Amino acid sequence: MFKQFISGVEGMDQYLIFSMIVFLVFFAGVLIYVVRMTKEEIDILSNIPLNDKETDSHE
Amino acid sequence: MTHIEKFSYDNKIVRDFGIATVIWGIVGMLIGLLAAIQLYEPAANLGNPYTTFGRIRPLHTNAVIFAFVGNAIFMGIYYSLQRLCKARMFSDLLSKLHFWGWQLIIVAAAITLPLGMTSSHEYAELEWPIDIAITLIWVIFGWNMFGTILRRREKHLYVAIWFYIATFVTVAVLHLVNSFQLPISLFKSYYWYSGVQDALVQWWYGHNAVAFFLTTPFLGLMYYYLPKAANRPVYSYKLSILHFWTLIFIYIWAGPHHLLYSSLPNWAQSLGTAFSIMLIAPSWGGMINGLLTLRGAWDRVREDAILKFFVVAVTAYGMATLEGPLLSLKNVNAIAHFTDWIVAHVHVGALGWNGLMTFAMLYWLAPKIYNTKLYSMKLANTHFWLATLGIAFYAIPMYWSGWQQGQMWKDFGPDGYLVYPEFIKTTMSILPMHVMRSIGGTIYLTGVFVMAYNLYKTVKSGRLVANEAAEAAPLLNNENHGKEYWHRIIERKPTLMLVLSLIVIMIGGAVEMVPTFLIKSNVPTIAAVKPYTPLELEGRDLYIKEGCVGCHSQTVRPFRSETERYGEYSKAGEFVYDHPFLWGSKRTGPDLAREGTAKLFKQDSWHYYHLVKPSEMTQGSIMPPYPWLTTNTLNTSQTVSKIKAMRTLGVPYPKDYEKQALSDLKKQAEKIAANLKKEGVRNKDKSEVSPDVEVIALIAYLQRLGTDISKSETTNP
Repeated sequence: MFKQFISGVEGMDQYLIFSMIVFLVFFAGVLIYVVRMTKEEIDILSNIPLNDKETDSHE
Repeated sequence: MTHIEKFSYDNKIVRDFGIATVIWGIVGMLIGLLAAIQLYEPAANLGNPYTTFGRIRPLHTNAVIFAFVGNAIFMGIYYSLQRLCKARMFSDLLSKLHFWGWQLIIVAAAITLPLGMTSSHEYAELEWPIDIAITLIWVIFGWNMFGTILRRREKHLYVAIWFYIATFVTVAVLHLVNSFQLPISLFKSYYWYSGVQDALVQWWYGHNAVAFFLTTPFLGLMYYYLPKAANRPVYSYKLSILHFWTLIFIYIWAGPHHLLYSSLPNWAQSLGTAFSIMLIAPSWGGMINGLLTLRGAWDRVREDAILKFFVVAVTAYGMATLEGPLLSLKNVNAIAHFTDWIVAHVHVGALGWNGLMTFAMLYWLAPKIYNTKLYSMKLANTHFWLATLGIAFYAIPMYWSGWQQGQMWKDFGPDGYLVYPEFIKTTMSILPMHVMRSIGGTIYLTGVFVMAYNLYKTVKSGRLVANEAAEAAPLLNNENHGKEYWHRIIERKPTLMLVLSLIVIMIGGAVEMVPTFLIKSNVPTIAAVKPYTPLELEGRDLYIKEGCVGCHSQTVRPFRSETERYGEYSKAGEFVYDHPFLWGSKRTGPDLAREGTAKLFKQDSWHYYHLVKPSEMTQGSIMPPYPWLTTNTLNTSQTVSKIKAMRTLGVPYPKDYEKQALSDLKKQAEKIAANLKKEGVRNKDKSEVSPDVEVIALIAYLQRLGTDISKSETTNP
C-alpha cells in the first residue's frame, strides 16, 4: 500500500517526508517534556478542578 | 503573607448560554427531523422554497453545530474557566456582548439560509456580512477569555484551558482563511479560490471545524466536568498533555481525506490519509483517559445518570475517532463516501459525543448554579436511555443503508454491465432505512424534551446564584528567590500557549496548501475548458441558492462503476473557473458532473418537467419539486457585476465582455425557450415558457455540465 502512495506522489514526496520529520521532532519534544514532569507537579495540576470550595459537589 | 481576595463568579452568563443551548438544540433537531422525513416523503418539503431540503439541510447543520453545540461550549467554558482561574470573567459587558451577538448571528442564519443566501461551503454557508459578525463576536470571546486568564489567581493553567485556547486560535484561523470572498451584493459573494484549491481550503476548514469546534472544546470540557462529576482527578495528567499536543498537531493535516479519489493531487490525498491514521493514537489516548478517570467509581455509574451520559459520550467519541481514520483508508472510502455511512458517522459524533456531553453538563450545572438538587434523577435516567436508543436507531439503519447503496452503485453483473444502471433503484432500496432513521431521531428528540422539563422543574425549585461568592489568594508577581524565572514563564504561559498552538496548526495548513497554490503544475489546465456563459453562470447561482449541492455531487471518481454510470472521471483542470467548487459530499441523487454530455444527455423538456415534478420523470424519486423556478423571473440585475467579479478572480472573460453579457444571456435563454416550445412544453396554464424565468438558466447550466472535456475529445482525436 505504501508503495502505491509514493508512486502517486510524482516528485512531491518531500512534503510527505518533511511532514513526517516535523511531526516526529515535535512528538519527541512533547514526550521529553512529559516524562520530565515530577510527580508533585502532576498532582498539583490534576487537582486544580477539584480545588475550589465546592469540591464535595455532585451527590 | 498575602491577603485573601474576595470576588464572585458570574453564573448568570452560564445560565443564559444554558437556556440558549436547550432552545437551539430543540430547534436544530426539529429541523433535522423535518429534513429526515423529506428524504422519504417529498411532500414534507411543504411545497415552498423556504422549507425545501436543499435550504433546510444547511439550516439543520448550522443550528446543531453553531447554535446547540456552540452555546453548550460557551456555557461550559464560562463556568469552568472562572473556577479554573479563580477569577470572575474579565468583563461582564464582553460576556453579554458575546451572548447576544452569538444569538443574533444564529437568528441571521435562520433567516438567510431558508432565503437561499448561501456560500455553499459546508458548515460555512453564511454570507459575508454574517462572517464578519462571527469574526467580531469571536474576538470578543477571545478577549474575554484571555482577560480572565491573565487576571487569574491560580498559577497553573489546567489542561482544559489549553484546549479552550487552541479552540479559540484555530477556529479564528479557519474562519478567516475559509471566508475569502468577493462580495457582489449584500448577500451574494464568490469565493476567492476556485475548483481544486477551493475544495482543499473548504475541507481543510470543514474537517477542522469538526476538530476544533466539536472536538477540542469538548475535550477541554471533559477534562473539567468528568473529574468534577466523578469527584476524582483525571486518570493521567501526563497523557492529557500528550493528548493535547499530538491531537492539535495531527488534526490540522487530515482535511484532504474528504477528497479521496477526487482530482486533488495524489500527494495531498496521501498526506490526509497518513495523518488520519495517526489520529487514532491521540484520540484514543483521550478516550481512555476519560474512561479511566472513572476507575473506582463504576459503582456510581450504575445510579448516576450524569456519569452514564459521560461514559456513553466518551465511548461514542472513541468509536467515531476510530471510524474516521478507517474511513480515510482509500479502500473503505471508496465504498462509504457519498453514502449514508458518512451520515451515520457524523451523527455518532454529534448525537453521541456532543449531545450526551452537553446533556451531562446541563444536568450537572443547573442544580449547581440554582443551588438546588436535580428535580428527578429518574427522568434523567429515562432521558439517558431514550438518547442511547435514539442513537442506535439512528445510526444502525444509516450504516446499513450506506453499505447497501455503496455496494449497489458498484455492482456489476456477469455480463459486465452495471446491475443497477438506474440510480433511483438504489435510492428506493434504502428508503425503509430512512424511515427508521427518522424514528431514531424522534426518540432522541423526545429525550431532549424530557430533559427540558426536568431542568425547568429543577430551576423552579431553586434560585439562581447570579454572583457566587468565592475567595482566593492573588498570584505573586514579585517573588525574589531563585525560582522567579520559572514563575514568570508560567505566568506568560497563556500567550505562549496561544503562539505555540498557532504555530503548530499553521505548519500543517501551510504544508497542505502552499504547494497546491504555488505550483501551477498541480492543476493542469485544459484548453477546452471555457468560462460559463452569463446564463449558465446565473443558473449555477440558482443551483447554489437551492442547495442542489446537498444531494448531488459533481465529481466522478476514477472507478469503473462510476465511469460506466456517469462518463469520464473528473479532472482538476475542469474546475478552474468554479468559484466556488460544487463537488458536494453526498449522493442522495446521482452525480451531475457529466450531466450535459452525450452519454447522459436529456432534452431541455426533460429537465423542465423533472424540476417541476421529479417523480413524474423518475418514478419513486425523492427529489423535491421546484415549481417556483418556472414562475420566478430570473434576476439579471447583478449579471454584469458577477461577470466583472469573476474577471477579478481570474476568469478570462474578454475585455468589456460585461457590455454584451446581458444580450448574450437573452439570446441563449430564447434558444432554450424555443427548444422547450419545439418539444411541446407548456406551463400549467398552457402558456408558452417565457425565456425570462429561472428554470431556463438552470437548464442552461445543467446542459453545460461536463461538456468541455467531450469537446476536447472531439477536437483532439
